[in-house]
Amino acid sequence: MNSKQKVIRVKNMYKKFGEFTANDDLSFEVEAGEIFGFLGANGAGKTTAIKILCGLSYPTSGEISVAGFDVYNERESVKRNIGYMSQKFSLYEDLTVFENIRFYGGIYGLSKSEINSKADNLLKKLDLEHARDKRISALPLGWKQKLAFSVAIFHDPKIVFLDEPTGGVDPVTRRQFWDLIYDAARSGITVFVTTHYMDEAEYCDRVSIMVDGKIEALDTPEKLKKQFNAADMDQVFLSLARKATNIE
Amino acid sequence: MNRFIGFLKKEFYHIFRDKRSMLILFGMPIVQILLFGYVISTDLKDVKMAVLDHSKDEYSAEIINKITSSGYFNLTDNLKSLEEADAIFRKGDVKLILVFEPDFGKNLIKNTTANIQILTDATDPNMANLEVNYLQGILQNYNVEINRGKKVPFAIQPKTRMYFNSNLESVFMFIPGIMATILMLVSAMMTSISIAREKEMGTMEILLVSPLNPLQIILGKVTPYLALSFINALVIVGMGYFIFGVPILGSFTLLMAETILFIFLALSLGIFISTISKNQEVAMMLSMFALMLPTIILSGFIFPIRNMPLPLQIFSHIIPPKWFIIILKNIMLKGVGIEYVWKETLILIVMTIGFIGLSLKKFKTRLE
Repeated sequence: MNSKQKVIRVKNMYKKFGEFTANDDLSFEVEAGEIFGFLGANGAGKTTAIKILCGLSYPTSGEISVAGFDVYNERESVKRNIGYMSQKFSLYEDLTVFENIRFYGGIYGLSKSEINSKADNLLKKLDLEHARDKRISALPLGWKQKLAFSVAIFHDPKIVFLDEPTGGVDPVTRRQFWDLIYDAARSGITVFVTTHYMDEAEYCDRVSIMVDGKIEALDTPEKLKKQFNAADMDQVFLSLARKATNIE
Repeated sequence: MNRFIGFLKKEFYHIFRDKRSMLILFGMPIVQILLFGYVISTDLKDVKMAVLDHSKDEYSAEIINKITSSGYFNLTDNLKSLEEADAIFRKGDVKLILVFEPDFGKNLIKNTTANIQILTDATDPNMANLEVNYLQGILQNYNVEINRGKKVPFAIQPKTRMYFNSNLESVFMFIPGIMATILMLVSAMMTSISIAREKEMGTMEILLVSPLNPLQIILGKVTPYLALSFINALVIVGMGYFIFGVPILGSFTLLMAETILFIFLALSLGIFISTISKNQEVAMMLSMFALMLPTIILSGFIFPIRNMPLPLQIFSHIIPPKWFIIILKNIMLKGVGIEYVWKETLILIVMTIGFIGLSLKKFKTRLE
């Protein structure tokens, strides 16, 4: 895949709710195969932006294309080419591991044989073969999370959006989870991830930091640290977030 | 289409794996019917009846003989004219009068058809129905007996008339009420809870991000409940008919069509409730207070509407089950066709469209 190819282009994106401007003139691009960190305090407008990129909500104005498709007119094509996972993990607790995989594979139009062979590979990779017919409710949190991520990219999307995927998970599991993210990026899937954890920001190829609906910084973690004269991303984030007015 | 079937499969798993859902779906209707049915009905034994025999021939004598020897009925009076009927019913002992037309036997031989009229005291409509059913059963048996070996069969045609309560309006007409309650419960409440659950668990977002469009998602969510509600309706009507003798005098097709219309209405109500509730608890409380209580209390199911204070009578107009119960009673108990219930049907259709419209609007504003 051409590394210069831009899979997400956002130009002058605005989203207003009445008087309140949640996204204020956002412009950025994400390259194919990149791990893009989308950072910001609660209420900074991350979720609003991610919803627009996923086709869950319309922007007020701006030019936005995702996976090469326009979010206004080609939503169906956008949806076919993206995966999404939120911090709720989004698996059905009363269905078994395989039933969840089959269901999500099915709604993306994968054939039965495709689903079966891919599910076998996936379960082998995650070391979950023994749990194939166990209900999700019986799995530990770390497994649920890994499975949720694998299900989100089961249909080989071009981009996967992860909305605070590691919330409430212990550090070891988080580390393992990031191994999965690296795997996905290596196989050519672009990863667009929001997170609260600044150590995770270091794992990203590039990060953007949003404050009060605006992108205040966007670069590689190394360059940002240099720019703000900071020892780690935590300090970068703090020096920017101090300016914020509408933190929840 | 495959996607949709996958979706339905998942929905059925949710239902069949949840004990509470299963209990509501299949336990409730049966328990309710048995409760309502048996608490109020007793066995038929020695029901006092009178006969008005205009014909006095061997056939009428034989029929009276059959009836009195059945053990269900006791002949207490022989009337001379129909004028006495009212007075004898008012006295309260006699519950049933059998009237043979003049030349009953002759008509049967000559014209192969003869008429019997059954008059009942319908102040206790459930008992009245039961009595009529038993009596018709005896008449039918006799009819079969005398037709043995005949080329042109005789037909004894019983005609029933309910005294004092010809509309059979009563608390005891429980089948329509139970239908409305159960369909509300299954279609509206369970649908709203199941959609709210997807919202609460975050799976709704995943579905909306997927290539499924909102219409497919909603159809996938409601179709299983549509199917299960319909099965429930059949069970209720069937139990009413076979166990308690609640008749279906009108067209069965029309009855089922109206039932499906009401299920659609309840489903659209369920969808609407789910759009305004954040989680399962809210959906459940809203369904309980906005749907179940009015359905039970204000629809005319348990308390007759005409006995309510005027403000409540007016309020009952906006309660969808009220109209459905009227339709059911008309079709099942009076045997009328669509020409008598088109107004109520129209009200249900308008309400359905209204709730679907409201839900769509709510859904769109969330997207904007």
